[in-house]
Amino acid sequence: MNARAELPLHAPGTQTDKGYIGQSVPRPNAKRLLQGRGAFVDDLRFPRLAHVVFFRSPYAHARIRKLDLTKAARQPGVIACFDGRAVAEYCTPWVAVLAHLKGIKSAPQHAIAIERACWQGEAVAAIVAESREQGEDALAHVEAEWEELPVVTDMEDALANRHVIHPDLGDNVCFRRELDTGGVDDAFAKADLVVEETFGFGRHTGVCMETRSILADYNAADHSLTVYHATQAPHMMQDIFSRHLGIPEANVRVICKDVGGSFGIKVHVYPDEMATAAISVMLRRPVKFVADRLESFLTDIHAREHRAKIRIACAKDGRILAFDLDDLTAIGPYSVYPRTSGIEGNQVVNLTGGPYKHREYRAKMHVVFTNKNVTCQYRAVGHPIAAALTEGIVDLAAAKLGLDPAEFRRRNLIADDAYPYTFPSGVKFECLSHHKTLDKLLVLMDYRKLRAEQAALRKRGVYRGIGLAAIIEVTGPSPAFYGVGGARISAQDGATLRLEPTGMVTCIGSVTEQGQGTEGIFAQIAASAVGVTMDKVRVMTGDTGVTPYGGGTWASRGAAIGGEAVLQAGRALRSNILDIAAAILSMDKAELDIVNNEVVNKLTLESKLPLVELGRIAYFRPDTLPPKFQSELTVTRHYTPREYGFSFTNGIHASYLEVDVDTGFVKLLKHWAVDDSGTVINPMLVDEQVRGGVVQGIGAALFEECVYDENGQLLNGTMADYLVPMSGEMPDIVVGHVETPTRQSELGAKGAGEAGTAGAPAAVMNAINDALAPFGARVTVQPFTPERILKALGKV
Amino acid sequence: MDTTLETTITVNGTPVTRQVPARQHLIDFLRETVGLTGSHIGCEHGVCGACTLRVDGEIVRGCLMLAVQANGRKVDTIEGLSDSGELAELQKAFHEHNALQCGFCTPGMLMAAQDLVRTRPEASREEIRAYVSGNYCRCTGYHAIVDAVEEVLENRKGGPR
Repeated sequence: MNARAELPLHAPGTQTDKGYIGQSVPRPNAKRLLQGRGAFVDDLRFPRLAHVVFFRSPYAHARIRKLDLTKAARQPGVIACFDGRAVAEYCTPWVAVLAHLKGIKSAPQHAIAIERACWQGEAVAAIVAESREQGEDALAHVEAEWEELPVVTDMEDALANRHVIHPDLGDNVCFRRELDTGGVDDAFAKADLVVEETFGFGRHTGVCMETRSILADYNAADHSLTVYHATQAPHMMQDIFSRHLGIPEANVRVICKDVGGSFGIKVHVYPDEMATAAISVMLRRPVKFVADRLESFLTDIHAREHRAKIRIACAKDGRILAFDLDDLTAIGPYSVYPRTSGIEGNQVVNLTGGPYKHREYRAKMHVVFTNKNVTCQYRAVGHPIAAALTEGIVDLAAAKLGLDPAEFRRRNLIADDAYPYTFPSGVKFECLSHHKTLDKLLVLMDYRKLRAEQAALRKRGVYRGIGLAAIIEVTGPSPAFYGVGGARISAQDGATLRLEPTGMVTCIGSVTEQGQGTEGIFAQIAASAVGVTMDKVRVMTGDTGVTPYGGGTWASRGAAIGGEAVLQAGRALRSNILDIAAAILSMDKAELDIVNNEVVNKLTLESKLPLVELGRIAYFRPDTLPPKFQSELTVTRHYTPREYGFSFTNGIHASYLEVDVDTGFVKLLKHWAVDDSGTVINPMLVDEQVRGGVVQGIGAALFEECVYDENGQLLNGTMADYLVPMSGEMPDIVVGHVETPTRQSELGAKGAGEAGTAGAPAAVMNAINDALAPFGARVTVQPFTPERILKALGKV
Repeated sequence: MDTTLETTITVNGTPVTRQVPARQHLIDFLRETVGLTGSHIGCEHGVCGACTLRVDGEIVRGCLMLAVQANGRKVDTIEGLSDSGELAELQKAFHEHNALQCGFCTPGMLMAAQDLVRTRPEASREEIRAYVSGNYCRCTGYHAIVDAVEEVLENRKGGPR
């Protein structure tokens, strides 16, 4: 048994529930996926199912002069064709702004574009057919005439407002933010060293293996809509379908069965998905839309695309005095509903410089519209940008001062005993452990030995680099993220636990499962809190008709928030079970406990009553219980973090790699990540979240970019052209944990799902630049392709 | 004009005869006509490997082969190899290492991994990484998948056959 008595979960009175917490238990619900017996949206079969496909704009910005669907409508199997106006009769448009992002603006967006398309791939007509093939065949018969409009693709051009994409908005600026602690100019004037660099970040996207999928089934008899949806936030979507389709919320049910990866891609409102739901209402039958891979590249949210200048001021002893940031980011033609596309830039402002103890900080940030696909929140939102800016400039400063990068960080990281701590950007840290994670990392990777190896190899013309990247991460957010801005996105989550007559425990939670292991850790927490073995627990998630109300999966919140709700529900159920046991056994409740599926004497651990027998009596022979005694074997508990806006976590990454200075290719040799995500419920699952996140971060650093030409045409919208990491080029990834539980909850867990993606790109960048140091070369624009590396080396 | 061909494919040991549209891909035939939805469609252009199947003992991309090309041949899917127990060792190792997250790529990954286990019992960690490079996984970062396959190979070397 893993003895971790110091954690809040194991506070006095709960010794017996340490059970599965902290153990690497395999996920019970993963077995069906291993046999291909999952149920993804495209696996579902419905009578009278119609298939919708979309006619999409071939231009990045064009007026629809003519759109004739009559020939398409006559093709075999075609049930109906709709343009934007027809769908708008059933689905109202939206404008994605949030009140707490002051000044943010966007234009109304329709499910299907009316009059004008603003990016290549925007849907302008829907064709519904008996089969997907028939729908796709009919697409060739849509007759459209276009008037091309000026295309804005470059961020600087957008900011200059030479062409304003939405004239009603006045300019191309969606959102701007400035922050200034006041003493930045002074700090820079006094500094011994000032370093400045401009960094670039390409657009990339999530590339979920399961493309976006939705099956909407409208029942005209009771004006109800059931939506089977690959989404991370079923309750948010329930609210949105209700409000935009004019169906009472209670009549809308959103069901997420298996979801094939999400990473933030599936937490947004997509116009084609809204159109699919509207068309189900229009046709009074089930309608399915499954994006093909080309549509995914054109219309799944993209992310990043920043250009940022950062300056750092240091004293000669290595102390960081101030950071000064100017960030520009482009988001496509619309802010994405309902979370807005202002959050990533906002996060960059909040987080840049985050691990360090300087007190002066200034930031300026602009979010601009362009005629490319929309961008929005994708795994680690803003963090990889902030981390690369911070850690890139920190390494440069360390080099100029002649300090080792690890030592430079040690001198500047916020002390582990400095908490609670308010960072110059205003964000508050409850308790972080930068020095502990740094120490652990340096031991794990054997930093000194690695440096010696690097030096020895360098003499032989082998150019290896070691890159470090410290991060902070926003997890487990309170309503400060969205709710305060007016979005109907729940920051609280709930769990219902029920003891079944057979002694089984059913756990129904509002956090959803996309593969990260939510259901697995809920089973661990429920089993531990109630006192049963894990084989007695069944977990269900992802059905607004069944689960408590909650936010779902985003911002690394599932374990921290949903897990606490399960813990509280488990404890309440345990207490209720003991009430019944006390009544049956005529004993004092305080003398009893539950261990291994049995009520036992707390002191002697003698078995008193198996839960299967307690269940039989409670459900089938309550007549034998004392008069007026009512058993309650279903309990629901909810949880919202309130004390802090966010449960900040911290971590540090290291990358070890080799650059071939003749070809520009990078060979990744190893990656280490040490993270502090509070109480670790399942070390294996946390490791795997970190590893998966690291590889997505490596993808951003080395391979992934949605490349557009000057006409706003996506040039690499296939899996063959858009490169994602493959197993052969990925390194082994060593993961270490430091556990500083949050005191906000009894579980003490913080988030872990985005840490890998947040830190990996910065570590890889620093490692490449470390390898290139003998040549005086640096790369600063992601992805670091062989071409960019060779350019930096002056070889092409 | 009739563009269908009568096609008989032995799917997981059972012959299935249908009038098949000439342009239909094998993966669509299995998913839509036979109802075997375990093999997934990830890209429809032969890159991601989510639709990896076995045809006459060789792994193929179900999105790059027409159903009519499988006429008279034996096709094995994740469902068949799960029921026969052929994948049991790999499935257990994948489960214990959490070598799957969302599970969408997993059936194809297991088909590729089983092909490696059958044909390259001495494969090194590097060779495992290279062999499954044609199967994309977006969740795991591959490390656990390599661990799981490696463990199966090790167990087979060490244990009684």
